Amino acid sequence: MTGTLFKTPLHALHVELGGKMVPFAGYDMPVQYPLGIMGEHKHTREKAGLFDVSHMGQARYIGDEAALEALLTADLSAISAGEQKYTLLLNETGGIRDDLMVSRPDGEGIFLVVNAATKDNDFALIENATKGKGTLTRIEDRALLALQGPAAKDVMERLCPDACKMVFMQCGAFTLDGAQVLISRSGYTGEDGFEISIPEDDAERIARLLLDQPEVEAIGLGARDSLRLEAGLCLYGHDMDETRTPVEASLIWALSKTRRERGDFPGADVIAAQIDAKTCQKRIGLTLTGAPAREGAEIASKDGTVIGIVTSGGFGPTVNGPVAMGYIDRDFMQPGTEVDILVRGKPRAAKVVKMPFVTANFYRG
Amino acid sequence: MTTRYTEDHEWISLNGDIATIGITAYAAGQLGDVVFVELPDVGKSLKKGDEFAVVESVKAASEVYAPVDGDIVEINDALENEPAKVNEDPAGDGWFVKIKVSDTSQLDGLMDEAAYKDHTA
Repeated sequence: MTGTLFKTPLHALHVELGGKMVPFAGYDMPVQYPLGIMGEHKHTREKAGLFDVSHMGQARYIGDEAALEALLTADLSAISAGEQKYTLLLNETGGIRDDLMVSRPDGEGIFLVVNAATKDNDFALIENATKGKGTLTRIEDRALLALQGPAAKDVMERLCPDACKMVFMQCGAFTLDGAQVLISRSGYTGEDGFEISIPEDDAERIARLLLDQPEVEAIGLGARDSLRLEAGLCLYGHDMDETRTPVEASLIWALSKTRRERGDFPGADVIAAQIDAKTCQKRIGLTLTGAPAREGAEIASKDGTVIGIVTSGGFGPTVNGPVAMGYIDRDFMQPGTEVDILVRGKPRAAKVVKMPFVTANFYRG
Repeated sequence: MTTRYTEDHEWISLNGDIATIGITAYAAGQLGDVVFVELPDVGKSLKKGDEFAVVESVKAASEVYAPVDGDIVEINDALENEPAKVNEDPAGDGWFVKIKVSDTSQLDGLMDEAAYKDHTA
């Protein structure tokens, strides 16, 4: 397949900063900067990292919220002004079409942020399902930045102190260096941090302003992946897809209680049956020594039977060792269970562990 | 001592009929921080082009190929605990294996330093 890659409003800045550009979900994106994945990862855990996530899909939905809600696992009526929720877009058999954030940063309906690779499908699906009931407006003229790490709050205290009044999973509309921005206190690293939606014309100026702060380094997609893996967070298309339900993906917590009671989300019967049967595979975390286990490596019991598969894996710079997540048969899901992972055909001793692999540092007030 | 380079970014340095093999500084730089090196067993016979080692960076695993035919006579055990040596000193302490070369004339088909510089330019 050939074609031109999309560029985010910060593309020229990435190149100027020495970013090593690679194709990702149709965009030309920095996988790393001269600091390198290991250095960028550690910097984010210790200070603050700035990520360009403008490739992700932003949209507004205004109208009959029940029509949108029917596709999702969230109870939209329970999301108050200034709140954000993690939710799932499911297919008719309960398979995960995408994971996304829905929020009410201001009075303008629901703000959605979806994955880059799935955004066209997601938005088409929502548009079809809500036709005549509501309007989905794709936001193509805003960048999205994430500022993550323990010092993110110190930076924001300087540049947008009102945003620091929010706690984890709150959101709002703010003015940042004269630009009208939407900020949520959330991220994809397991650290405290902020995600900032910025008009594209202001994006580079604000990115430079953030990078000028002594705590902040630019961070590429490589460290974004190792950070989210250590935080036990799923990467769509790898750790979950349409063949996995929220039960298998260990994401039952993303099914709102009221929606479960009502049983009115797509695939609710399949999901209810899985919850009752307690027989399906589950997504779990694994640690091992020596060689990192990568996506696709088989998980075997000590007697050599294949009992699962690794869906994400690599070296965790903060853990200082290989970490992985994957799907495993029920009998082996308990933390502490000893298994093998077949890395290039060789069994490597691994252990099922609770995720996250590093302590989450969200700011809860 | 003759040092030659492959298109896949291995270096091979011949001393008598024993050659030391590693990956180039260019390759190490492209990989980024090396976190694990999987080395073969001593005694293993290699044919030119065989995959004999795997080097893991934070992001990905990459194969290392034999530049020439030969038998492994020594491996760099130190890489097990200090894989970062591959980044720090790729042409020195970060070597991978030593082999007894079957046919030293095979090195003639590889690039010299000037040619390798052009290859990576």
